[in-house]
Amino acid sequence: MSDDPRPQEGESEIYSHDEATNVVAPSGHEGEVLDEDKAKAYWQANIALVLKLLAVWFLASFGAGILLGPVLDGFHLFGFKLGFWFAQQGSIYIFVALIFIYVWRMKKLEARFGLDDSPEEGAVK
Amino acid sequence: MSVQFLTYLFVGLTFSLYIGIAIWSRAGTTKEFYVAGGGVPPLLNGMATAADWMSAASFLSMAGIIAFMGRDGMVYLMGWTGGYVLLALLLAPYLRKFGEFTVPDFVGERYYSSAARVVAVVCLIFVSFTYVAGQMRGVGIVFSQFLNIDITYGVMVGMGVVFIYAVLGGMKGITYTQVAQYCVLIFAFLVPAIFISIMMTGNPVPQLGFGSALSDGSGMYLLDKLDHVLVDLGFAEYTAGQKSTIDVFAITAALMVGTAGLPHVIVRFFTVPKVSDARLSAGYALVFIALLYTTAPAVAAFARANFVSEIHNSQYTEVPEWFQSWEDVGLLAWSDKNGDGVIQYGPGNAFSPAKPQFVEGRGAHGERLLANGATSSVNEVYVDRDIMVLANPEIARLPNWVIALVAAGGLAAALSTAAGLLLVISTSVSHDLMRKTFMPSITDKQELLYARCAAAVAIVIAGLFGIFPPAFVAQVVAFAFGLAAASFFPAILMGIFYKRMNREGAIAGMVSGLTFTFLYIVWFKFVSPETNSADHWLFGISPEGIGTVGMVLNFAVAFTVARFTAPPPDHVQDLVDDIRIPTGARVAHKH
Repeated sequence: MSDDPRPQEGESEIYSHDEATNVVAPSGHEGEVLDEDKAKAYWQANIALVLKLLAVWFLASFGAGILLGPVLDGFHLFGFKLGFWFAQQGSIYIFVALIFIYVWRMKKLEARFGLDDSPEEGAVK
Repeated sequence: MSVQFLTYLFVGLTFSLYIGIAIWSRAGTTKEFYVAGGGVPPLLNGMATAADWMSAASFLSMAGIIAFMGRDGMVYLMGWTGGYVLLALLLAPYLRKFGEFTVPDFVGERYYSSAARVVAVVCLIFVSFTYVAGQMRGVGIVFSQFLNIDITYGVMVGMGVVFIYAVLGGMKGITYTQVAQYCVLIFAFLVPAIFISIMMTGNPVPQLGFGSALSDGSGMYLLDKLDHVLVDLGFAEYTAGQKSTIDVFAITAALMVGTAGLPHVIVRFFTVPKVSDARLSAGYALVFIALLYTTAPAVAAFARANFVSEIHNSQYTEVPEWFQSWEDVGLLAWSDKNGDGVIQYGPGNAFSPAKPQFVEGRGAHGERLLANGATSSVNEVYVDRDIMVLANPEIARLPNWVIALVAAGGLAAALSTAAGLLLVISTSVSHDLMRKTFMPSITDKQELLYARCAAAVAIVIAGLFGIFPPAFVAQVVAFAFGLAAASFFPAILMGIFYKRMNREGAIAGMVSGLTFTFLYIVWFKFVSPETNSADHWLFGISPEGIGTVGMVLNFAVAFTVARFTAPPPDHVQDLVDDIRIPTGARVAHKH
């Protein structure tokens, strides 16, 4: 990663640029060059997924927990008013689920673009 | 065996475990010291993150606060967990790919500016010291309450232990002690919660017991009963909120975004080997955190219901033993205002000033005498909120070893968070100020030495905060989240998702977000506290929630300034392309 031929101007006492020293573990994709269109497609798919998940995140917490709380309180889940349950329990379970869905969907997405970072799978490819 | 002996035993055993781990996991290089060599498995990093995150306040105080806030306690429950979704989806994987050691590192490199780096270091130190002061105090309080040791000595013992594993082991030592501390603290939190759930509802799962019918034969749901009882006493319903919707919204958002922007949490994701591991370990971290955060509101409801039913309208001489033992410690107080020997509990402060000022001697029924004047309310009881967790084992009549376990758990929660905070303070000094800004020529060995010295100095300062707590500690907690929300989160987010964001925009955004949030909190908490009410707040948002407005301001200023200034240089745009790709592959650029 140190073959950057660009002049290091602006490097004096104002700003010094260091190459990273905590690089991620080898993935079998080192040295590969990704064309810009493919990188763009991957990034857009990622953004689309993140936006969908964040919409659920917002609906579960700010929606069901706060804004719609009084309406949902008309329904009951065992001894809980539903709005209260979302505010103190349900939203947290949904948060956990969202992160694992994200992990799973990103794994699929990265496999599709040949970008997954598990060395075993990278070696097969 | 006595509670005191068991507490000494448990605390001694857990402390030896932490020190043993520290000696086993000494750090030899800066990479080990800063990010544990970048080789922590995701599951263990999840546990370490959970311990790092859950402080003395989460363990000891949160359930008690919720018990008295009722439904509004949701701001903490959602705020302090929802932030992990933002962290996992928006920040952690990209920061891991970036591959440096600290949060100011990212800000400095991405915005090609030492000024931005120094602004970030200043925010980081301010946020982290605010937070750490409370932890050291927590250590002292646990020692004084459970072991009858003076707070000063308690803090010193805590400092000694953190000193050994943080200075010796750096991030590597801290990571593995945090894993052990998580196990201790979650066990200590869940055991009493399970027993108290069985006692009150017959259901061993507190999260379900919370919504079950009481096992007292009435067949009423716990929450319905609690609503009834509290309304009868003149309180508001437990399941109804008191705060305005906009304030709840703003506080929740500020806590979520602040959580995602806290440097000592972010840096934990620099320690895993791969980008996908950063995502996965955020998921594990939230599972481990949710275990406590979904139990806490159940404990809160149980404790409040139990407290009312055992205390209200009881003869003082016949209340359970724990009432007197916590009165001795000073967390409960009773004054027989109407002279009937019966405890009356209700809304409003029982005395003025509200906190009890004990004097020598006992009253007619054996209660501790107070110097406080009586208020006109019928309430005769002062309750410290922390009692809801501390006294739970006794209220549920659990054996002595459970009480000792709670003490060890409280210490684990406080020490693990303190160590994580001290580490980010020391690395930002040795790495960002020394190596990257003022002394770029130092070697790795020298940098490591500076890191250890900075950690040692930070521990001493934190300890002094614990021994001589500045009067404002309780009031400044809002700072930590508000400032993180108004500074780091927008700067990092735009650094990843908006390639066009430049140095000028980011710095202007951080400075305006920070200044606004800081001044708003200072105004209402210190300059003009008597006007700290909804009538005077901007948009009806309290100082606790103002970080949300600061964040919006940061974004607005940053976008505006960036539009009128030069785009970032090519190598920075390439850096952004690189962090967006999870593997070592590079993007072909057509500049």
